[in-house]
Amino acid sequence: MTNTQKHTDFYDNEGKPAWKAWLTTTDHKRIGLLYFYSLTVFFLVGVLLGLMMRFELISPGKDLVEAQTYNGLFTLHGVIMIFLFVIPGIPAVFGNLTLPLLLGARDVAFPKLNLLSWYLYIGGAILALSTLLVGDGPPDTGWTFYAPYSVKTGTNVSMAVLSAFILGFSSILTGLNFLTTIHRMRCPGMTWFRMPLFAWALYATSWIQLLATPVVGITLLMIVVERWLGIGLFDPVLGGDPVLYQHLFWIYSHPAVYIMILPGMGVISEIIPTFSRRRIFGYKAIAYASLAIAFIGYFVWGHHMFTAGMSGPARIIFSVLTFLVAIPSAIKVFNWLATMYNGSIDLKPPMLYALGFIFLFLIGGLSGLVVGALATDVHLHDTYFVVGHFHYVMFGGTGFAFFAALHYWFPKIFGRMYNIKHATRAFWLLFTGFNVLYFPMLVLGIMGMPRRYYDYLPQFQIPNVISTVGSWITVAGLIYMIVVIVKGIRNGEKAAANPWNGLTLDWQTDSPPTKENFDVIPTVTERPYEYK
Amino acid sequence: MVEQKPHIVEYLTNIYVWIALATLTIITIWVSEFDLKLLTVTVALGVASIKATLVLMYFMHLRFDSKILTIMVLVTMIVFLSLIVFTFFDYSYRS
Repeated sequence: MTNTQKHTDFYDNEGKPAWKAWLTTTDHKRIGLLYFYSLTVFFLVGVLLGLMMRFELISPGKDLVEAQTYNGLFTLHGVIMIFLFVIPGIPAVFGNLTLPLLLGARDVAFPKLNLLSWYLYIGGAILALSTLLVGDGPPDTGWTFYAPYSVKTGTNVSMAVLSAFILGFSSILTGLNFLTTIHRMRCPGMTWFRMPLFAWALYATSWIQLLATPVVGITLLMIVVERWLGIGLFDPVLGGDPVLYQHLFWIYSHPAVYIMILPGMGVISEIIPTFSRRRIFGYKAIAYASLAIAFIGYFVWGHHMFTAGMSGPARIIFSVLTFLVAIPSAIKVFNWLATMYNGSIDLKPPMLYALGFIFLFLIGGLSGLVVGALATDVHLHDTYFVVGHFHYVMFGGTGFAFFAALHYWFPKIFGRMYNIKHATRAFWLLFTGFNVLYFPMLVLGIMGMPRRYYDYLPQFQIPNVISTVGSWITVAGLIYMIVVIVKGIRNGEKAAANPWNGLTLDWQTDSPPTKENFDVIPTVTERPYEYK
Repeated sequence: MVEQKPHIVEYLTNIYVWIALATLTIITIWVSEFDLKLLTVTVALGVASIKATLVLMYFMHLRFDSKILTIMVLVTMIVFLSLIVFTFFDYSYRS
């Protein structure tokens, strides 16, 4: 069914000045784009900080910055990348851009709340970045703000913590909005099991946003209370318990890993069947796996604390639960591979990024099992192995899924097409750079190099040099990709409404869509991936 | 789109619930006069849970809405309880 009568698209300002039309918009697509441009800016700031860290580590001793500056660099790199890019990333940008389209709805359930979420995001982001410029310098605690150091340090921890608190509200409101949208605004005929898998992934993610984020909000406020009022919550000198802080922090921050990765898995579930021209293998299994990951993901936070003084029985239970969460993740990977089997695979850039995701997420996931096991974690905890593992999951997983989503929905959002040849080359450059950058970190961790150290022993130099060279290749790949995307937005060829021949409802309307998405609300009669 | 059926709770029902909540509040205050030792917190939380259930069922219309909403609230409760249980499980085994 098509729904593509020509009307003015959603870029039309309807006679308002452009700044007013954009800053007061309640259109989910415009809000998605507001998120997209803001996230891109913060992502590039985060990349720049990461690049500086890698340059500093090219050889032992001082190369670029002082030790204290290095502490600030890795803290801000973490805060910006996690709270400003990876957590909001796919839901805020591509969830906003496509969820109502995928559901056959005209907008999200609470459009004004949606705009408020973006303003809260920008407010939190400005506060986070201002820690660089005001007061006693950027926080130096790492993005985890571990107590009691975060209570004692003289740097701008309170401001950074408050920014994370505000960003948390933005996340909660987006989750609430998507949950209500999915429950209440599906078009006629769209039963739960006719819903696209990206919507399922956003549904599971929204639950985590709604239930886990308040915990970290309160925890971070407790840090501020302890710093300002001297109430002993986490500092042992004041009668507090630092391990309690770690419990409370990870009760949110581990499920937050699934806020980061689940929407990425949803993107991959859209791309694989479209570019394999095959019905997705195990639709229900993938949908249930999203819910299972979200649910089990609540109960594995203790694996961050195996060496922090937690009791023995608790460590065993958290280790077992950690292994359990690998099962639904593996179900998804096997189902994607089974979908591709005997398919007519088209290696366009979205599919390349999706395959890149599977490869990198596999390394990230399997290296996660190594640190999820009690015995090996004792050796690897707080080493560079963890940094490598984390980046394989977060950048190789969520980051590549973000780029996959960008290349997949690009013609839908902008109504134009990027240069496929150059986008393909940018992918290979980025993919190569990524592995040269992060694989040596896994090796360095096994060799015993600690994370978050400004200096290191001479025997760690060769992998560090390789990794730093990898960071340059990665940045070259990113720049190449950005140039391709910007050129596509400005001068790309006009795209057809459905250039990938997708079957979900987002492809059954204009590119770019009209303000209200559909002329007539569609009726769904079958599952979303019935490729013949 | 999902059909929404408006439901109006009778005034009398709301008044009964309000009386029940007020009575339970009085019970909470009255019980606090006694030294129940370990049971003190259990009783206070028990009464508070009954009050919360009444608010959810009648004032927030959970009783009259779709069953899926009740399931969602229960899942939330289970997750919340599990977080507390797991955290205190660690503390109970610390040497």
